[in-house]
Amino acid sequence: MLAEFGHIALIIAFGVALLQSVLPLLGAARRDSRLMAFGDRAAVLQFILIAVSYAALTAIFIGSDFSVELAAQNSHSDKPMLYKITGVWGNHEGSMMLWITMLALFGAAMAVFGKHLPASLRARAVAVQAMIGAGFLGFILLTSNPFLRLDPAPLDGRGLNPILQDPGLAFHPPFLYLGYVGFSVAFSFSVAALLEGRVDAVWARWLRPWVLLAWSFLSIGITLGSVWAYYELGWGGWWMWDPVENVSFMPWLAGTALLHSVMVLGTRHSMASWTVLLGISAFSLSLVGTFVVRSGVLVSVHSFAVDPARGVVILGLLMAATGGALTLYAMRAASLRGREPVSVMSREGGLAMNNLLLVAATVTVFLGTFYPLFIDVISSAQISVGKPYFDLTFAPIMLLLILFMGAAPLLDWQGKNKAGLKAFLKKAGFVFLIVAGLTAFIGKSVLGALAIGIAAYLAFATFAAMARKVKWGKVSAAQSVQLLRAQPAAAYGFFLAHMGVAIFTAAATVMTVWANEDIRRVKIGESISVSGYSFTLTDMSSGERDNYSYLSADITAEKTGRKTVLKSERRFYPVREMLTTEAGFQYSAGATIFAAIGDGDPDKGFILRAYYHPGVVWIWIGAFMMALAGFVSLFDKRLRRQGRDA
Amino acid sequence: MKPAALIPLAIFLVLGGLFAMGLTKDPSAIKTQMIDRPVPDFILTDLRDETVTYTQADLRGQVSLVNVFGSWCTPCAVEHPTIVDIGQQDVVRIVGVNWRDERAAGQAWLNRLGNPYDIVLFDDLSLLAIGLGVTGAPESFIVDASGTVRYKHTGMVTPQIWRDTLLPIINDLKKSAP
Repeated sequence: MLAEFGHIALIIAFGVALLQSVLPLLGAARRDSRLMAFGDRAAVLQFILIAVSYAALTAIFIGSDFSVELAAQNSHSDKPMLYKITGVWGNHEGSMMLWITMLALFGAAMAVFGKHLPASLRARAVAVQAMIGAGFLGFILLTSNPFLRLDPAPLDGRGLNPILQDPGLAFHPPFLYLGYVGFSVAFSFSVAALLEGRVDAVWARWLRPWVLLAWSFLSIGITLGSVWAYYELGWGGWWMWDPVENVSFMPWLAGTALLHSVMVLGTRHSMASWTVLLGISAFSLSLVGTFVVRSGVLVSVHSFAVDPARGVVILGLLMAATGGALTLYAMRAASLRGREPVSVMSREGGLAMNNLLLVAATVTVFLGTFYPLFIDVISSAQISVGKPYFDLTFAPIMLLLILFMGAAPLLDWQGKNKAGLKAFLKKAGFVFLIVAGLTAFIGKSVLGALAIGIAAYLAFATFAAMARKVKWGKVSAAQSVQLLRAQPAAAYGFFLAHMGVAIFTAAATVMTVWANEDIRRVKIGESISVSGYSFTLTDMSSGERDNYSYLSADITAEKTGRKTVLKSERRFYPVREMLTTEAGFQYSAGATIFAAIGDGDPDKGFILRAYYHPGVVWIWIGAFMMALAGFVSLFDKRLRRQGRDA
Repeated sequence: MKPAALIPLAIFLVLGGLFAMGLTKDPSAIKTQMIDRPVPDFILTDLRDETVTYTQADLRGQVSLVNVFGSWCTPCAVEHPTIVDIGQQDVVRIVGVNWRDERAAGQAWLNRLGNPYDIVLFDDLSLLAIGLGVTGAPESFIVDASGTVRYKHTGMVTPQIWRDTLLPIINDLKKSAP
């Protein structure tokens, strides 16, 4: 019954979405307030229906109803409860359900929290959101129905791919989707603004918290994915430039640009059409990501749902959404008048540079990701673009971006503080030289020194910008503290985010330049040594647990008398007949070490791999700081006050 | 309308067109070119032992599943448990092609994830991979007892693909050959 119930709720939601994508538009055109108000109610109703449908699917997984094909394929009665719930989105159909649930959630939130916006703008935005929703609901109902029955029902399910049974991964998709789908708000409001023919500061200030929210969730989602890939797949690779990693990174880059341009538009009334274009692009890139993952045009670890037929439908949706939005842009862009930007030496100029560089970075990643596909299409030659391409092209753009990131916040909007900039650059250059010099001397790496020097420059510049905000040294310390407390939340957000980038850059560099590893065959009692640590295989045991059997190894890591026991396991999952290796990790703020046990027997010894990864934890701390910064900025009172004024 | 405002749309349409063509480029199109042709000539060393060499002749005599992998390839790591499982079933000879890799990295990767291969060829320069028309890793071929390529699978081998597609083909080939 549950399956049919969920299916029917989904069908009604589709009907609601269709109405919602037409009537409010009509209402906005005819100035009919009842039709416009219908959009708000429909948005909420659509969300409730989809949420009910999603809950039904979850109940099917929890109750292990294997007469439903999706549960039979992806769940198992022995599975821990957490993975029964998260297993819902560990497959194509379920993850599309999660996608659409979040889309409807954002649609409803637009209607509920957008009350103070002009009625016609809100009505149009809600209608655009419903068009996307209707497209994807149709896609799910026609090609990926999660509620299909199996007859006869199997006795038990096939279980979830064990490599996906992990808390880090379990929560990676929901955050990622909150980010991806969150950009739909920016998309819908960009299209609505084009329909209205008006983009102004009020619009930008209203949009900014939504962009912040989506961006922060996306940051968390990407970081969780990186953490998971690190200890489950990559073993040292915290970022592989895997196509699917890239397609989640591109909306992030575009979103970062959007986040800054929306700020300029909100304060300076310039970059209007550029902001609209970014709003369309960020979500379009999310759609491209969905397309790539579902169609299998690129080979990737995420291609769990390779089906060209689905690819065709999603490409159709992408063409309709983005193609439609950009056609509208071509027709209406001229009406979006903004002020011409002032000098390059102003904060506005700096932010414009930041935007250009971020877009350049997005294009770089885009080309690297899709070049093999495009070359294949054009010439049928098979080539692949790997890590070297990205390291060579992406890193320089980022380092250049950091130079602007450091200086721009110190400039004022009008570009009148040239002397101040000069003085800052002198000091910052000094910081760079000292840190880079020391790094080169101790670490014996020129590239490492360069990158760490630039990270130090950014940290210094961020402190300097904060000091300038609180007039440090110009007024008494007590007054500065008072000023600090009076700073808007966005100032704290700025500080956290930019410090996050500095920490991230330094950590990524340390990891790239100084990580080390070794592998040997050892018997119990023997050890190998890596970068000053000795790893000794001290004990082995075997047994059964939850839904797998295991062979467990204790590896004692020791450095200057301090001992830690690392537990590594080889696990066998009988349901899927799969073998996985779990490494024993010791995370630490300094160096993360880990060891993994491999094939072998007590007589000849076991293969033991030991790793030394300095600073890797700070990569994720830096990334989480950026995400946190987004949430902190949401608390800015200015966002809310201006919202009420409007 | 400003002409410049058309640029984003134009770029997008070109990209969309390329995506659409990418979709029509079904990997099976490449499949048909290689099917029923003998494995091209090659001389490659063993991944574990540089002094041991193999040639196309070593692929004859029995049906083989040729699996292309690399330690740099993330999907390969996900696929690998399935290959290990196939190895344990002992129904077909499994030949690994360690593609565009470093010898030490390839060896370490197999030590970590298990070695299901009866032979592992070290193909860092794509000598065999180009001849076979490998488009990316992972990729798997079924080669019959006469050394002729009979099937190509692009992407990860999942338990389902093994059971529903590869295993039946292998069983057929075993039956038809004496």
